[in-house]
Amino acid sequence: MATAANRKGRTSNLGERRKQPITLKTLKPRWKRAMEELGREGLVALYRQMFLVRSFEQRCEQMYQQRKIGGFLHLYMGEEAVGVGMLAAIGKDDYVCTSYRDHGIALARGIASRTLMAELFGKVDGLSRGKGGSMHFYSKEHNLLGGHGIVGGQIPIGLGAAFSAKYRDSGQMSLIFLGDGAVQQGAFHECMNIASLWKLPAIFIIENNQYGMGTSTSRSSAVQDFTSKGPGYNMEAIMVDGMNLLDCYSVVADAVAVRRKKPKPLLIEAKTYRYRGHSISDPATYRKKDEIERYRDIDPISQIRSLMAENSWLDEAQAKELEREVRDEVVDAVNFADESPPSDVAERGQHVYAE
Amino acid sequence: MGTMNITMREALNQAMAEEMERDETIFLMGEEVAEYNGAYKVSEGLLDRFGPKRVWDTPISENGFCGLGIGAAMTGLRPIIEFMTFNFAFVAMDQIINNAAKTLYMSGGQFSVPMVMRGPGGAAAQVGAQHSSVLDSIFAYFPGLKVVSPSTPKDAKGLLKTAIRDDNPVIFIENELLYGVSGEVPEEEFTIPMGEGAVRAEGGDVTLIAFSRINHMLLEGIPEFQKEGISVELIDPRTVKPLDLDIIARSVSKTHRVVIVEEGHRFAGVGAQVADEIYQRCFDDLDAPIARVTHAENPLPYAKHLEAVSLPSVAETIRAAKAVLYRA
Repeated sequence: MATAANRKGRTSNLGERRKQPITLKTLKPRWKRAMEELGREGLVALYRQMFLVRSFEQRCEQMYQQRKIGGFLHLYMGEEAVGVGMLAAIGKDDYVCTSYRDHGIALARGIASRTLMAELFGKVDGLSRGKGGSMHFYSKEHNLLGGHGIVGGQIPIGLGAAFSAKYRDSGQMSLIFLGDGAVQQGAFHECMNIASLWKLPAIFIIENNQYGMGTSTSRSSAVQDFTSKGPGYNMEAIMVDGMNLLDCYSVVADAVAVRRKKPKPLLIEAKTYRYRGHSISDPATYRKKDEIERYRDIDPISQIRSLMAENSWLDEAQAKELEREVRDEVVDAVNFADESPPSDVAERGQHVYAE
Repeated sequence: MGTMNITMREALNQAMAEEMERDETIFLMGEEVAEYNGAYKVSEGLLDRFGPKRVWDTPISENGFCGLGIGAAMTGLRPIIEFMTFNFAFVAMDQIINNAAKTLYMSGGQFSVPMVMRGPGGAAAQVGAQHSSVLDSIFAYFPGLKVVSPSTPKDAKGLLKTAIRDDNPVIFIENELLYGVSGEVPEEEFTIPMGEGAVRAEGGDVTLIAFSRINHMLLEGIPEFQKEGISVELIDPRTVKPLDLDIIARSVSKTHRVVIVEEGHRFAGVGAQVADEIYQRCFDDLDAPIARVTHAENPLPYAKHLEAVSLPSVAETIRAAKAVLYRA
């Protein structure tokens, strides 16, 4: 496995040369292996999932404007390869937790779009019967331990799941997604240390979308390469291209293969980009149009679409058909959420305490 | 049925040991709980008995290991998280409030958090402002948490066992000055349910309501009340949340006068809530406004004489009792 040191500088950041979408010719051996491992069916499924996240959230924006969704709405658009790629590399029994930007993670975990949309609509058929909302997706069935609203608050929870897995000797892994902003929280550092000290099966994934709300990492962090946080805790750290599904998938697949038998933690930094503002109410005027366009060039969904076309795995007609299916699924989710009844007001007093 | 005379410290230790023996998913984690045998020796011998898989020394990372406990509780374990003192829980507040207390609710009932957070709280002897906080009201404020504040070895043991078996996050605040206090504890297995108070002394003139250490102070002070011709009934609710209002109401219907004595500050203290509950439920029974005796509205100073005048005392409670009896 590549380490932080020998892969440093491999991903370009802003100010460096313009990145090109991946092609069959530019595939690194690890990505090629990932393609083979996934096969046509697997990769099409992941493409579908990424497209689902994108379509789902585009519809969320509309629903927000129609006031069917309220409160905060933090969109994942642009970051789909990270959640979809990485979660494809783990099993059903593994644990996952993340921040408030959790729609993509929940969909990639296989939670039905209907249930998620119903939660966003605050309806009784939602994951949490409408009591969680956009930022708080939990699913016991899918071992999704939240959706957390306080930056970095999910990190100790994911650490606890890793501890629990090791305590029970279950072979489960715990994937802890966090943003670049959370790197500056104490919780991150406390948990990195404990995970390494106790050799817990935790994978810390920094989804570096380069902005903590409106503050760029260059204005919030003394270092720009977050993989540098690994060595200080005697933890292996890897940089991945968060716009590249195959890179995201393969790094986690390799890491998990090693760690199931012999637990130890890993730090991953996925350089990625969010197309929208921090939340729906943020017009993101702190970013230049050019910057967004440069990431659009390497859009995670288009990259895989054109790669599959090039490899004759998914032609234009097939892609269009699949995309239509996904859009229908999202429309169905919206209709379902619309028709789902609001919960009885007695729901308010439920689940404050366990019986 | 025999009893044994043991200290609060031993009672807490027995409660953890018995429960850990019964259920392998229970583990103890905190600063100095294993090899050092606990800063206050509450966990003495547990590492030797249960081994390092069950008893964990942590780095000084309260937010990290407290949250770890919550994550472990959400995934099948039953952690006991020790704060060396509850003052250190302030740096774990995000985890306690936002995750321990709210996860069951936010998840629509999917994830319960069966977990005990325990450790000493309250003023000790001249340990200064940052080691003397009384946190009961802070935790009791948040729906989702239960708060226990025991005063005797028997209650400590019985309530800690109940707390460990509870499927909710329980804040279990021991009093630092009570660790060495002895009392009779049943030899056979027992538990004490939460939300059931105890009558510590029976009397007819005034109902005194107190938690934890203050019960000892007032019990010892009973002769002084008698000297003043005041017959007091002392109620120890034992758990702050849930609160046993029935036992309080019964006493109020007998005495018609109430003094609430608490180690915490006055503003938004637990006593303010207790008083409100009494006004709502027992208004017609009251013959005088409820009086409160509290920690003064200042951080606890180091100097002994300043510390003494900051904390509630028997003398101050007698003054308050006289006031509600209109004898002042």
